[in-house]
Amino acid sequence: MTGALLDRRGWLLFLGAGLVLLVLVPLANRATADGSALHLPNYLVPLLGKYACYAILALSLDLVWGYAGILSLGHGAFFALGGYGMGMYLMRQIGTRGVYGNPVLPDFMVFLNWKELPWFWYGFDHFSFALVMILAVPGLLAFVFGWFAFRSRITGVYLSIITQAMTFALLIAFFRNEMGFGGNNGLTDFKDILGYDVQAPSTRLGLYIVTVIALGLCFLACRFIVGSKLGRVLLALRDAESRVRFLGYSPTYVKLFAFTVSATMAGLAGALYVPQVGIINPSEFSPANSIEIAIWVAVGGRGTLVGAILGAAMVNLAKTWLTGVAPDMWLFFLGALFIVVTLMFPKGVVGLAQQFRDLRRRRLLAGGTP
Amino acid sequence: MMMLKPANLQAEPATAGPEAAGAEEVGHPARGTLLYLDGVTVSFDGFRALNSLSLVIGQGELRTVIGPNGAGKTTMMDVITGKTRPDSGEVFFGGDTDLTRLDESAIANLGIGRKFQRPTVFENLSVFQNLELALKTDRGTFRTLLARLSGAQRERIAGTLDTIGLVERAGAPAGALSHGQKQWLEIGMLLIQDAQLLLLDEPVAGMTDRETEQTAELILSLAGARTIVVVEHDMEFVRSLGARVTVLHEGSVLAEGSIDHVQNDQRVIEVYLGR
Repeated sequence: MTGALLDRRGWLLFLGAGLVLLVLVPLANRATADGSALHLPNYLVPLLGKYACYAILALSLDLVWGYAGILSLGHGAFFALGGYGMGMYLMRQIGTRGVYGNPVLPDFMVFLNWKELPWFWYGFDHFSFALVMILAVPGLLAFVFGWFAFRSRITGVYLSIITQAMTFALLIAFFRNEMGFGGNNGLTDFKDILGYDVQAPSTRLGLYIVTVIALGLCFLACRFIVGSKLGRVLLALRDAESRVRFLGYSPTYVKLFAFTVSATMAGLAGALYVPQVGIINPSEFSPANSIEIAIWVAVGGRGTLVGAILGAAMVNLAKTWLTGVAPDMWLFFLGALFIVVTLMFPKGVVGLAQQFRDLRRRRLLAGGTP
Repeated sequence: MMMLKPANLQAEPATAGPEAAGAEEVGHPARGTLLYLDGVTVSFDGFRALNSLSLVIGQGELRTVIGPNGAGKTTMMDVITGKTRPDSGEVFFGGDTDLTRLDESAIANLGIGRKFQRPTVFENLSVFQNLELALKTDRGTFRTLLARLSGAQRERIAGTLDTIGLVERAGAPAGALSHGQKQWLEIGMLLIQDAQLLLLDEPVAGMTDRETEQTAELILSLAGARTIVVVEHDMEFVRSLGARVTVLHEGSVLAEGSIDHVQNDQRVIEVYLGR
């Protein structure tokens, strides 16, 4: 009930997943011959890394949606902001290797005839500074946004709508060239990260490993929060907010905490995503992206954490496959998936597994004589 | 119209405390009372839910409030607990704390606990966890994140489970309790919250006769140590509490006194009891 992050079975599964993702996958990529059946080709490594980023993002949404009942449809914005933070660092690393060879200004600024670096680009040549910004900017935005929204007691569908408005506003802002983030094209043509070539298979494997470790740590952090007394207050908020208030807790601060932690996590996911896909542009802010995150969580089973990770992986696997086989069908599939899951499996895949287990147990109990 | 003007109830001459907020002028009638409402008016779209309501509750008092539907009983609770701000009038707790300036959580932390008309417990949490959340502790967000139950706190919860007769259901989700058990759990949450003032909105609604009896016993055993205001429709239950009765009608006090006194009041019979 209190205390332990995971039970014994949970730790076994956690370590088992870690073994597969952190030992077997790298081995399959590096230690097997090209033609072997066990070989994991290089091009699949960043794809797996991308899924791990999405899993962190889904986890962050599950923390606020599944536990506190805050359906944020703007989590893509926090993800994109983290991504831009990393993108700015990577742009500064290009140095004189750009098309225009300017040692300070990224290509798009030279192209726009800018003479000096805007003030908000200062410091991004240092990785540690960029890392702080990657976590702080989404966190701060979530804190300020949440402060006004939660203090005004905006809940439910109204909150979802204004989070959509937030990400849409950022989408429009980042499209503008004058913003200083590369406008429509965003940031791309990255060369290296911490001195390693971003294109090199070994760097990509390294990024994948870092992402999986980050996913594991985020999962444990979420487990810690939801297993604490504060986690029970979050659940209580979801069920009966006014009762929580009359017990003397401040729903504003409790929600603000969860929302800020969640946004920071989403920012981290975005930052890990950008070097693996090699580009960040304003389309990451599109409202549809944020809605998709909610679908991953719903498919996996909200309020379970594990479900968020599974949902993100499964839906994105399906997306990779379907957009290859029948690109026009993807959006129809996604819409249908959401409807089916909401109507028929409101507890998602994890809930379904639970139901099967219960059913089997009941059969075993009832079926003493076959 | 009013039987007792709050101004006449002033118990002792004021010795202004250091943090006397709004009632600092010497001899403010709120001094020495636990709960003081004077001239409280609340309108919703022109409808006066409370119409210059005045009510005084002394420390340790047990009071029942009755009145027909729409008399303003629940609105009165809303005003005391900070859910609704009055358009005019004064609300003081403990003689000098102005409740109209505080929000729900601040008021709850002062020691005012409320049981809702419909039992509201956290259905997805266990009975034990419901009590854990209600337990009087630091409500700060980070303190709550790092909170661990001490042995003494566990005993406190066990003791409360015993008082409300839910020891066997401690691990069950609160949503699985019967209606009466939920009512008790909610009362238990007020107890463990260490509320000085308990506001009970229809605590026996939907209970069996036996449960009603037990609830009356529970409330009577608490009276004295805590101040309790019970809003109730069930006249048998009100009678069994044997407490002073306030009758509300159209947002103000119609009559006040013992149950027999009130039941014989001609105006009360007209609006409420007689038919």
